Amino acid sequence: MLTFAIWVGFVLLSLSLLLNFWRLLVGPEVIDRILALDTMYINTIALIILYGLSAASGLYFEAALLIAMLGFVSTIAVCKYLLRGDIIE
Amino acid sequence: MHFEVHLPFWLEALVAFFLLLGAVFAFIGSIGLARLPDFYSRLHAPTKATTLGVGGMLIASMLHFSYAQGSLSVHEILVAIFLLISAPITAYMLSKVALHHQSPSVQNTQGQDLPQQLQQEWHRERIKSKTDKPKLPG
Repeated sequence: MLTFAIWVGFVLLSLSLLLNFWRLLVGPEVIDRILALDTMYINTIALIILYGLSAASGLYFEAALLIAMLGFVSTIAVCKYLLRGDIIE
Repeated sequence: MHFEVHLPFWLEALVAFFLLLGAVFAFIGSIGLARLPDFYSRLHAPTKATTLGVGGMLIASMLHFSYAQGSLSVHEILVAIFLLISAPITAYMLSKVALHHQSPSVQNTQGQDLPQQLQQEWHRERIKSKTDKPKLPG
């Protein structure tokens, strides 16, 4: 049962990554692309946690935490740049 | 793919349930991101549903590893707290950028002139902050 659930989770998360990637390519404005990238970061965190669960190893949380931080900081930096024309004033 | 730990049936069912819940919510968020009509409504789907999806995954992982290690596993709470703090800030910044760039919204959204009003207000503030600079002595 857990194996089945893990496979379904992999399939659903991969499909959602594909949908995000489509929005990243199509996105009519810059801000849609930023949102798509941010969502891709969050979905990747979920995918890594799922992989850690399937490999029965706790080593992947550090990677997930790192990706979470990098995604947050990069999104805020791009937003700041679009708002003010500068990142650190 | 093989598992070293054999969970009891009820725990396996619980872990599988939370895993599926998380995956389904993440998928719903991504469908919303792909299908909703304008940016302001597109912003809702990933920032709420996808965060909840990751939350479900983290609960499943916590249950699994707490049983496997024999002690409470708290790594996941770090990721969960960080995501729960950072998702609203990201949404706030993105919506502010959208208002600033006057991103188009669907016709029946209320307050269509809000972006212009905000634009004028920000413009006024910027001019004020430029003229109100403290004069250097001497």
